[in-house]
Amino acid sequence: MYKYIIRRILVFIPMLFALTIIVFGLAKAAPGDALTGQQLADPKVNPEVYEQQREALGLNDPIPVQYWNWLSSAAQGDFGKSLVFNGRSVAELIESRVANTLYLGLFSLFITIIVAIPIGIYSARKPYSLLDYAATGFGFLGLAIPNFFFGLIAIYFLAINLGWFPAQGTLSGPGVEGFAAFVDRIHHMVLPGITLGLAGTATYMRYMRSEVLDVLGSDYIRTAKAKGMSDQNVLYKHTLRNALIPIITLMGFEIGVLLSGAVITEQVFQYPGLGTLFISSVTNRDFPVVMAITLILGILILIGNLLADIFYSIIDPRIRYD
Amino acid sequence: MSNQPVLNVDSLKTYFYLDQDQVAKAVDDISFSIYPGETVALVGESGSGKSITALSIMQLINKPGRIINGTILMNDTELLKLSAKKMTKIRGNDIAMIFQEPMTALNPVYTIGNQITEMLRKHKNLSKSEARIKAVELLKTVGIPRAEEVIDEYPHQLSGGMRQRIMIAMAISCDPTLLIADEPTTALDVTIQAQILDLMAEMKEKFQMALLLITHDLGVVSEYADRVMVMYGGQIVEQAPTKKLLRDTKHPYTKGLLDSLPNLDEEVDRLGAIKGAVPPAHDFPSGCRFSTRCPFVMDKCTQSNPELQELEKDHFVRCHLYDNGGDTLD
Repeated sequence: MYKYIIRRILVFIPMLFALTIIVFGLAKAAPGDALTGQQLADPKVNPEVYEQQREALGLNDPIPVQYWNWLSSAAQGDFGKSLVFNGRSVAELIESRVANTLYLGLFSLFITIIVAIPIGIYSARKPYSLLDYAATGFGFLGLAIPNFFFGLIAIYFLAINLGWFPAQGTLSGPGVEGFAAFVDRIHHMVLPGITLGLAGTATYMRYMRSEVLDVLGSDYIRTAKAKGMSDQNVLYKHTLRNALIPIITLMGFEIGVLLSGAVITEQVFQYPGLGTLFISSVTNRDFPVVMAITLILGILILIGNLLADIFYSIIDPRIRYD
Repeated sequence: MSNQPVLNVDSLKTYFYLDQDQVAKAVDDISFSIYPGETVALVGESGSGKSITALSIMQLINKPGRIINGTILMNDTELLKLSAKKMTKIRGNDIAMIFQEPMTALNPVYTIGNQITEMLRKHKNLSKSEARIKAVELLKTVGIPRAEEVIDEYPHQLSGGMRQRIMIAMAISCDPTLLIADEPTTALDVTIQAQILDLMAEMKEKFQMALLLITHDLGVVSEYADRVMVMYGGQIVEQAPTKKLLRDTKHPYTKGLLDSLPNLDEEVDRLGAIKGAVPPAHDFPSGCRFSTRCPFVMDKCTQSNPELQELEKDHFVRCHLYDNGGDTLD
């Protein structure tokens, strides 16, 4: 098992390496650079000045040289300075945002699980019941509505009209501390969390329903019943663990889905996480920040997949990595 | 054999309510008894209602199926009147069941020990450690080598024959009075089949159980069964002690089944076959259900379904050929 994990982590390195090459190439292929915007906004400044700055920042070097410079310092843990945010270091910028995104992702995953799994189980036990049809309807709706659109509707009704939840940000003010701050954070995460988790909730609900239905019809469930096991035992012991096996696999990909979904959701709710930073960095051609965020997302997705594989082997004894 | 049956099934009907008002009469008015220590074989083609009969006794019929009529008495307890909860105390404890497909009949994510001990703990109130000791003992009884290790293994680590032994160990774990085996050897190699059947016969003797053996293999029947019930179209068409049934076959369907077996004493070019297939349970022919395939079919057969009649002592037949007290098939 440990050998397997170490081997998997070693495989991460070439994958991340390839990822940086692709993202760097794409970023450079986009027209303009970090200074283009400033130049357009303030055409009176002598273009010479910008040229000097470009030269100083190394933006005029050939792309492979720029990549090499970035890579060699990144490998030493130095992701450089932002080209836009008054030259603040990339590490510092990301540090201020990454926790917010992780909280939002975990919160959304939590909502997804506590909503989707029980409803999925219920739907499977009482197929074609009223609640099953309602869940099916909700499932299709949840998958069909785009993230940002649902976010806007939620803001309009729940934040503006009803005023139940804040429409943006992470905290009401700088003065909140301790447990109150925790509650306040959760309160701020409700709308973006639901928005972000909507599609996932719909997906998991449908998966759970079909998996439980599938397992309930299997031979070993009949055996368990023939042994005289109670309904609760059959459902929670014999059915659930088997039904969760494919769900776990799906969860591995979910981290990637959540993070990419967060880019849009955070933008809608002006939630100060990696997503909003990523969008502003892309529009401003702030390459060092874009590269660093991509790398972090890449690592998180790979870790997600690795975790899924590990859980997979814990829950299903037929899977062994030796 | 004592006179008090361990199981008495009377007028059992299990129907499946399909779409468009179609009703599949999977089990249609079946009555029989099983006596202590007896092996009764339930024989028939696929779709004749054997398994549904067994599952009805266990009350494991899933929707859209429903037991709509009949009584199932077990030692004076009417099983069909028991609450769902009380029935879980009968299943596995008084009546145990072994299924056809050992490869999928065990839960893949729990150890063998876990799956045996959960039964012992429920029905016999054993503690965890007592149940484990008993489980190892059971595994040894059914001839599993390395029982102390196998108990901590998962089903996928064992062969089909071994898994069927585990199923038998589970079935006998709570000393049931009746063991139902639904085609227990169909999915196994021929060499393993005999071992499993011998093991079941041995366990039956050892634990004084009655055995309801569901099979389509008349070779198995002749070797292991005391009494045979032949099923067709959800009904019993012939019932007799094994020797009598094999020697003095009355029903054309039973005859067809026997003719389709190879015989070492005779040289034949082709084995006999019953033409056609079992009619679907929602669309039986009017009259005798076998009339569409019967070589002896008469006008009467397409008009009314014959009653089960006792031709000789213990020999029951459902066929119009014998309506006038008469003759044999030949």
